[in-house]
Amino acid sequence: MLPLAPMLVPLVTALLAAALPRHARLRRGASLAGAVALLVCAAALFVRVSRGGAISVAVGDWPLPYAIEFVADGLAAALVLTAALLGVCAVVHALATGPASEERAGLHPLLHALLAAVMAVFLAGDLFNLYVWFELMLIATLGLLVLGAEQRHAEAALKYFAVSMLGTLLMLAAVGLIYGATGHLNLAALGAAALAPQVAAALPAPVTLLLLALLLKAGVFPLFLWLPASYHALPVTALALIGGLLTKVALYVVLRLLGGVFVNVPGLLVEALGWLAVITMISGVLGAAYHWDMRRILAFHIVSQIGYLLLGVALASPAGTAGTAFFLIHNVLVKAQLFLVCGLMWMAAGHHDLRRIGGLYAARPLLALLFLIGAFSLVGVPPSSGFWGKLLLVREAFAQDRLAWGGAALGVGLLTLYSMSKIWLEGFWKPHPETRPQRSFAHAALSPVAYLAALALTLPILALGLYPEPAMRHLELATQALWSAGGQR
Amino acid sequence: MTSRSTLLAVASRPLYWVLLAAALWILLRGHNEPGGGFVGGLVAVAASSLVAIARDTEAARRLLPLAPLPLAMLGVGLATLAGLLGGIGGAPFLTHLWSSWGLSTVVLFDVGVFLAVWGSLSGYVHALLADGGPASR
Repeated sequence: MLPLAPMLVPLVTALLAAALPRHARLRRGASLAGAVALLVCAAALFVRVSRGGAISVAVGDWPLPYAIEFVADGLAAALVLTAALLGVCAVVHALATGPASEERAGLHPLLHALLAAVMAVFLAGDLFNLYVWFELMLIATLGLLVLGAEQRHAEAALKYFAVSMLGTLLMLAAVGLIYGATGHLNLAALGAAALAPQVAAALPAPVTLLLLALLLKAGVFPLFLWLPASYHALPVTALALIGGLLTKVALYVVLRLLGGVFVNVPGLLVEALGWLAVITMISGVLGAAYHWDMRRILAFHIVSQIGYLLLGVALASPAGTAGTAFFLIHNVLVKAQLFLVCGLMWMAAGHHDLRRIGGLYAARPLLALLFLIGAFSLVGVPPSSGFWGKLLLVREAFAQDRLAWGGAALGVGLLTLYSMSKIWLEGFWKPHPETRPQRSFAHAALSPVAYLAALALTLPILALGLYPEPAMRHLELATQALWSAGGQR
Repeated sequence: MTSRSTLLAVASRPLYWVLLAAALWILLRGHNEPGGGFVGGLVAVAASSLVAIARDTEAARRLLPLAPLPLAMLGVGLATLAGLLGGIGGAPFLTHLWSSWGLSTVVLFDVGVFLAVWGSLSGYVHALLADGGPASR
């Protein structure tokens, strides 16, 4: 049951929370308890897997490869743990920042439904199940987008829906074609079948289609414009969860498929992925440099960071995959932390537009410190978690003589520094533009619990930066197992 | 929605029950033959949508056994329960239990899927057909 628990616990929590539409306090209690229970399950799973190796469950006791399989290996367990931590922080933030009376009844059920779907994608051991949970992720996100029930929310939801539907249809078509070519949906069985020469010859086209669908959902150039256009309409809590996790989930699936299942993809495809990664990195960071709305800046940075992750995938080596996995976890945490901090900045200063706020350094020194840690990690200043992630990726790029790819990664780091220092200078350093602010923001109440959520994400970021050894070792072992499984078959 | 056909509006009431009976038949048929909760649920949604289009969404909602969201939740809850019941004896999640008369947790699971599909999709359809703004739950 343990590999299924991270999916079942949030599912039951979502049901409980949805069963209490009129009891805000009970609903919030159930939501918090469910999030903590999920974290406990995820931690137990992580410990089990890192001690005893991968565990899998064939649902319904059917024989493999026909059963729906859930597999928790080192990589999946690490990501489940990260996402569970994020879930607790998001729920705590939701509890701390909005009064129970103003809360929309759907928020907590949808947050947990989203968590359940994300966990299931991490743990899914077959392609069709993966597709189904991707769908549920889409539905939950769509629900979170329309919670605000204003015109701009509907607009953002429509954009997101249109793009996701396209991605979904492509994905379903690709899954069908792959099933037609191999006769399998189970990932392990697929990997074995893909080694036969006549099967391998039929695979490049459907696999490319599948990658296209996943890259659309990940927000890769030139398919990323939907992302900043829809994300900025989300409530901050949902934004931290979605901005932190969703695009990364798609990238995780790409990593997993190319690393352990379809190992013999044509070199041309890998080459194309690498250049796409470079263009994605650059276009994301340039978009961020242009904008003044904090949420849009961070949303464009999601795109840019996706470029780094895709670069790691395109390096197509065990070291590259390990680096990507490390970067993935670092990025999920940092992105969510920055979104939460920006939410706090908005609550303290009253606006998302950097031109209209300021003076936060004097008013909120702790917030400034939290932002600095997140921003330095995103930029990759040593010794932060981002530094190690980028080091692993750039070192592997140079080792493979991909000088342009590695060079681009370094250059984009500098531009990231530019837009992070823009938030710092405008939001924290310069005096508030209005001589007598309408809201006396220096005294606006910000509950300490709201800080707690951001702090709870900051600590693992610091730990990853100051003492990256255990995480790196775990991920290296996990990715080696993934690659050797792919190679042996 | 301005012009409605009186014929369709009158016919929609008996048709609703006929479609619903067909949906139930498909649901139960799925036990041993093609069919099942998902397809049956879709037919039930078609029945609800017919009433919503021919009469109005309020009439369609009154005919549902529960409001759309609770109905969908009940469905997901039943399906989850069916899975958990199967897993009680240490067997994997969703391992199904069979009693002597061919009754099983499979049926419970399928009924759950049926209700989940019926509730959630009817909710969406009603919200889309209702004039003005998102549905008030």
